[in-house]
Amino acid sequence: MMKKIKNMSDTNMLLTITIVVFFVMYFAAIAFLGEGFLKPQTFLSILNANAALIITSCGMSIVMITGGIDISVGGVVALVSMCSAVYLDQKGGNVGGAILISLAIGLAFGIIQGYLVAYLDIQPFIVSLAGMFFARGMTTIVNNKPFNVANEAFVKLKDTRVIVPGLGSYNRLGKYIDAYVEIGVVVALLIVVLLFILLRWGKLGRHFYAVGGNQQSALMLGINVRRTKFLSHVLCSLLAGIGGFVYFLHVGSGSPSHAMGMEMNAIASSIIGGTMLTGGVGNIIGTLFGVLSLSTIQNIVSSAGFDEAWWTGITIAAMLCLFLVIQSVVMARKKKALAK
Amino acid sequence: MRKLTGKKWLVFMLLCGALFLIGCGAKEAVSEKEFVEEKEPTKEIVIGFSQLGAESDWRTSNTQSMKETFTSKKGYRLIVEDGQQQQSNQIMAIRKFIQQEVDYIVLAPVTETGWDTVLQEAKDAGIPVIIVDRQVDVSDDSLFTCWVGSDFALEGKKAAEWLHQFALAKDISEQEIHIANIQGTMGASAQIGRTAGLEEGAAKYGWDLLAEISGEYTQAKGKEVMEALLKEEPQINVVYCENDNMAMGAVEAIEASGKEIGSDISKGQIMVMSFDGVTKNIMRYILSNKISFDAGCNPHHGPRVETLIQLLEAGKKPDKFSYVEERIYSHDATVPSLEVDGNSYPVTVVTSKTLEEFQ
Repeated sequence: MMKKIKNMSDTNMLLTITIVVFFVMYFAAIAFLGEGFLKPQTFLSILNANAALIITSCGMSIVMITGGIDISVGGVVALVSMCSAVYLDQKGGNVGGAILISLAIGLAFGIIQGYLVAYLDIQPFIVSLAGMFFARGMTTIVNNKPFNVANEAFVKLKDTRVIVPGLGSYNRLGKYIDAYVEIGVVVALLIVVLLFILLRWGKLGRHFYAVGGNQQSALMLGINVRRTKFLSHVLCSLLAGIGGFVYFLHVGSGSPSHAMGMEMNAIASSIIGGTMLTGGVGNIIGTLFGVLSLSTIQNIVSSAGFDEAWWTGITIAAMLCLFLVIQSVVMARKKKALAK
Repeated sequence: MRKLTGKKWLVFMLLCGALFLIGCGAKEAVSEKEFVEEKEPTKEIVIGFSQLGAESDWRTSNTQSMKETFTSKKGYRLIVEDGQQQQSNQIMAIRKFIQQEVDYIVLAPVTETGWDTVLQEAKDAGIPVIIVDRQVDVSDDSLFTCWVGSDFALEGKKAAEWLHQFALAKDISEQEIHIANIQGTMGASAQIGRTAGLEEGAAKYGWDLLAEISGEYTQAKGKEVMEALLKEEPQINVVYCENDNMAMGAVEAIEASGKEIGSDISKGQIMVMSFDGVTKNIMRYILSNKISFDAGCNPHHGPRVETLIQLLEAGKKPDKFSYVEERIYSHDATVPSLEVDGNSYPVTVVTSKTLEEFQ
C-alpha cells in the first residue's frame, strides 16, 4: 500500500510539472507574442489539429505504463484513413461502415501484436516495428496517391462544428465568429475521461501500473501478466484505429504520407506528460497536456519567426531532454527516499 | 509539491484553468484598446505565407524570394509556415493566419483539391488569398483573390521553338535531330506543360522523338535513365530534360559513357536542354556548354505578389490569373530571340556576369 502511494505521488508530481510548464508557456506566448494567442479559438484550434494525436498518445501511454512500446500507431492511423477514404470515395460506402472498418483494423493490429508480445514473449519494439512497416506498406497498396474524399455525408460530418459558447470573438469586419471545436475533439476528450477513470479506479487500470512497475511482484500478487500486457496492446491499437478515423475526419483525405512520424510525437507527448519509458508511472491527463505542450511550443516557435521545419524538431528535442532530466531526478529522489 | 495528492491537485488544476480563462478574457480587452490606438500610425501589412514544403532548389528559392521581398524595412511582416508536404498542415496554417488576423494570406498549395472549406473561412474573415505556383480547384472562383505562377506550356513551346531556330541557323536538317525526353514526375503540371511543348514541336517540324521516360525530377534517376538511353538509342543527339536536377544527372551519364557534350550536333556531340535555371551551379553548366539551353522557371514570386498586394491596398482589382516573367538562358547567341504565339522573348547568353546574379 505504501508503495502505491509513493508511485502515485511520483505520477502526480510529474503531472503537476507538465501542467505548470504548459501554462507558463501559454502565458509567455500571450505576453510576448500576443495577438493570436489571446483568442480562445487559437487554443481550440490546437485541440482541433491534435485530437487524433491525443487519442493515439493515450494508447501509447497505456502500453508505456505497462512497460511496453508501440511504434506502429502512426502506420495504423495512415492505413485507417486510407482504407476509410477508399471505402467512402471509391466503393460508395457510408460513414458508419468506415467507422467499423477503422475499429476493425485497430483491433486486428492490437490482437496480433498483443499476442506476439504477451504470449510469445517477443520484444514490443520489434513487433510494432514490423507492424509499422506492414501498415505503411499496406497503405500504399490500398492506394498510392493522395486524394480528397467527396462523400457528402462524410464532408458534412467533417465540417460539423461544436460551438463553444461565450468564447467567440469579433473579426476585423466586425462580424462575431463563434469559437468551435471539431467532433474529433469531443471524441478525444471523452476518451481521455474514460481512460482516466479506468486507470485511476478500474481493476484493469491498476493492473497496468502493477505490471509496468514490477512484473515479478505483479505475478506474485496473482495478476495475469500476459493477459494484462495483451490487453494493453489491444487497447493501444484500438485507440490508434479510433485516432485514425478522427485524423481522417480532420484532414478529409487519404494519403500514404499521412501521420508520418506520429508515433514519435505520441511517444514524446507521453513522456512530456510524465509517463516513464521504464513503466509503472504515467497519467492520462498528463498525456493530454503533453500533446498540448508539444503543439503549443510548435506554434510559439513558428510564430516567433523560426519558420523552418527543423526548428520545431529542435525545440521538441530540447523539451524532451528537459523532461527526461526531470524524470530521472524524480526517480533518483525516490530511490533515495526508499533507501532511508 | 511532492505530496500534492488526490483532491489537492484537482483543485490546483481547476485554479490553473480558471486563471487561464480569466487571462484570455482580460488581456483581450486591454489589447483591443491598444490595437485601435496603434493601428493608424504604423500601418504594418501582415502577410501569412503557407509554403507547401522545401523539397527542391526551386522551392527554397521561392520561399527565399518571399522573405526578401516582404521585409520589415518596407513595412511588412511576413509569417511563413512550412506545410511539410501535408495539406492538413497547410489548412492549420491558414486557420492560424485567420486567427492572427493577417492582412493577406499567400498560399502555395500542395494539392489542387480540398481547399473549399478553409478558403471560405478566409473569405468570411475578409482576408484576401493569393495563390502562388500550383493552382487550386475550388467550386467557387471567388474563394481566392488571384493566382500567380509559371506558364509551363509556354516554357515547353519556348524550348521547342529554340531548337527549331537553332537547327535552322546551324543548317541541320530537322530529320537529323534525334531527341530523348527525360520527363518529370508524371502528372505534375510542369511535366505536362513541358512534354506538350516538345511533342508539339516534334510533330510540327518532323524531329525524331526516340523515347520519353520519366526521371522523377531527381539527379540520380536522371542519370539512370540517361545511361539506359545511351545503350538503347546510340543515335541520340539532343536530350530534353524537364528540370535541372535530371539534366545534371544526364550530363554525368553522358560524360561517363565517353561521348562529347555540346551544341555541335553535326560533329557527334550530344546537346542537353533543360528547365528551371535557378542556381549558380546550373549557370556554370550553361557557361561550359554542358547544358546548351535552359528555359527559366522563375521562383521569385515575391515581387509579383508585392505588386498585387499594392494594387489591393490601393483598392484596385488585379487580374485573376497572372504569370511571372521568365527568362531564357543559352550558351551562345545562335538564336538571339524567340517568337512564340506572337510574342517575342529575348534569349540571355550566360556569361560570368550572369553568374553573379545567382546564389
